[in-house]
Amino acid sequence: MSVLMQARGLSRHYMVGGGLLARKALVRAVDGVSFVLREAETLAIVGESGSGKSTLARMAALMEPPSGGEVLIDGHPTATIGEAARRRLRLNVQMVFQNPYGSLNPRKTVGAILEEPLALNRRGDKAARAHAARAMMDRVGLRQDQYGRYPHMFSGGQRQRIAIARALMLNPRIVVADEPVSALDVSIQAQVLNLMMDLQDEFRLAFMFISHDLGVVRHIAHEVLVLYCGRPAEYGPRESLFQAPRHPYTRLLLAATPSVDPRHRQRRVPVKGEPPSPLHPPPGCAFAARCPHATALCTAERPAWREAGTHMVACHHADSL
Amino acid sequence: MPLLEIRNLAVEFATASGRLQAVDGVDVSVDAGEVLCIVGESGSGKSVSVLAAMGLITWPGRVSAEAMGFAGMDLLSLSPRQRRRLVGRDMAMVFQEPTSSLNPCYPVGWQIAEALRTHHAVPKARLRDRVVELLGQVGIAAPATRLGAFPHQLSGGMNQRVMIAMAISCNPRLLIADEPTTALDVTVQQQILDLLLDLQRRRGMGLVLITHDMGVVAETAHRVQVMYAGQMVEEQPTGALFAAPRHPYTAALLDALPERAVGRARLPTIPGVVPGIADRPQGCLFNPRCRYADDLCRAVPPALAGAPDRRVRCHHPLAAP
Repeated sequence: MSVLMQARGLSRHYMVGGGLLARKALVRAVDGVSFVLREAETLAIVGESGSGKSTLARMAALMEPPSGGEVLIDGHPTATIGEAARRRLRLNVQMVFQNPYGSLNPRKTVGAILEEPLALNRRGDKAARAHAARAMMDRVGLRQDQYGRYPHMFSGGQRQRIAIARALMLNPRIVVADEPVSALDVSIQAQVLNLMMDLQDEFRLAFMFISHDLGVVRHIAHEVLVLYCGRPAEYGPRESLFQAPRHPYTRLLLAATPSVDPRHRQRRVPVKGEPPSPLHPPPGCAFAARCPHATALCTAERPAWREAGTHMVACHHADSL
Repeated sequence: MPLLEIRNLAVEFATASGRLQAVDGVDVSVDAGEVLCIVGESGSGKSVSVLAAMGLITWPGRVSAEAMGFAGMDLLSLSPRQRRRLVGRDMAMVFQEPTSSLNPCYPVGWQIAEALRTHHAVPKARLRDRVVELLGQVGIAAPATRLGAFPHQLSGGMNQRVMIAMAISCNPRLLIADEPTTALDVTVQQQILDLLLDLQRRRGMGLVLITHDMGVVAETAHRVQVMYAGQMVEEQPTGALFAAPRHPYTAALLDALPERAVGRARLPTIPGVVPGIADRPQGCLFNPRCRYADDLCRAVPPALAGAPDRRVRCHHPLAAP
């Protein structure tokens, strides 16, 4: 499959504080993340809150410039080109947000919401835009007679269909979806996941799928990237990552996810501690304080991002585990 | 005799557009030392049911029940004053969003002490020691140093521990936890669930756990009640429910879990959406979405039937194996 997007050593740092009481501090929200996004494939980004998932998504969607590293789309660098060229490249990447109640303008009809991306980019005349919007409504399972309705008249699942339709109006090749099904009930979640997979097959879309739900990730992803405290922990093909995780944090995450499979209960391990604050990351491995296998090396030295079999992993002891 | 027993609970709200039936025909019974899970999608009435049990439904809500007993007392005939003496002492509750359930203006130590003061549970001189002891019991490190902390200075997981400390402060016999881990990350979720189950076992409490997560149900419950559109539709011991669900809704819900799907196949979905509180269908509430529905289901609402602990509200329950 051809590579659509490539990220090399992406970082995003923010200065925070500097108020009356607080000193300025540097937050490394994302620190040294690399990945590859291929046509018709799904890369899932997994991690807990504060792990940098959403910041990474915003950089992938070119909504936020990286502090370090680079994003390539179709092999073109995105940082060094001018604003006009970047705008053209950005058409390739669209975004679906988590909360379909907040991401749709309540004062616009579905038709207007879907036509807006076309109008902003001066595509077609009014009639052609309306036609394209209706065709897209059909495609995502909305009825054409709902064209003139407002977002509040739809359920959460239908709203997420609208958000997905809007993302597809400009025929992007990459869709960045930030927790697109987290706000939905299980039965509705299944409908939206099926729709996303159908659309992926039909338009050969590359998905960057951000989620904290490993059940959903295992179902939809081709590859998985696990983040911890802004840093990459492990990156690999879906099946082998779930079957044979190399990083202790990936193992912990898999063991802590509740499962309806009764065999899973025996694999549970006690969890200690909480993730470190990205304001004060530890000098060594970010996971060392919670890791059952941590040694003096782990607390002293940050592990390199290296190959381990078919995975990439940041752990000093990945080979011996 | 069960610790808490409610028969045929109904909760309705008088609104400008008429009376809305939020919950109808719900039975809840919990024994001492038992973990009961109530599972359902949003709007199924799980929270309203337990709020009614706690006496926390106020005007314009109206609670009625055939029977509502707690530890030999008839909750329906208690005066509000007697009821208040019970709530927070013998029956306590943990809510979903720890950070918004706590008062941001007071330190957490003060807030835990408030429950003890209200119920005169310990002499004033011992108040501080008791709070430190409670914080220790819920796994907060260096508890004496945390008394003065405000909720915004603690993580979500720590705040939920504070909520639990508050709930168990007067040694309740029944603890109700309404989605206690929904707002938390999976590793923290496991810590909180382990803590709740550990406290429940050591103190022999009855524990009612409300959740929408089937994985959480499978890993915690002894017995499960499934709610749909304000009704209890099925009740079974946990193992039996997952092995052989009797109600078509339960079966469809389990099938829709990505975890149970094979590979990247499309997920079985439940067509349509949960009916809203104002547009409940005739007959069985699930009939418009049920693949087995016939004319009987469309006309006559089914009653709960079957042996105690294995009841199902369906005209055509799926065969037990």
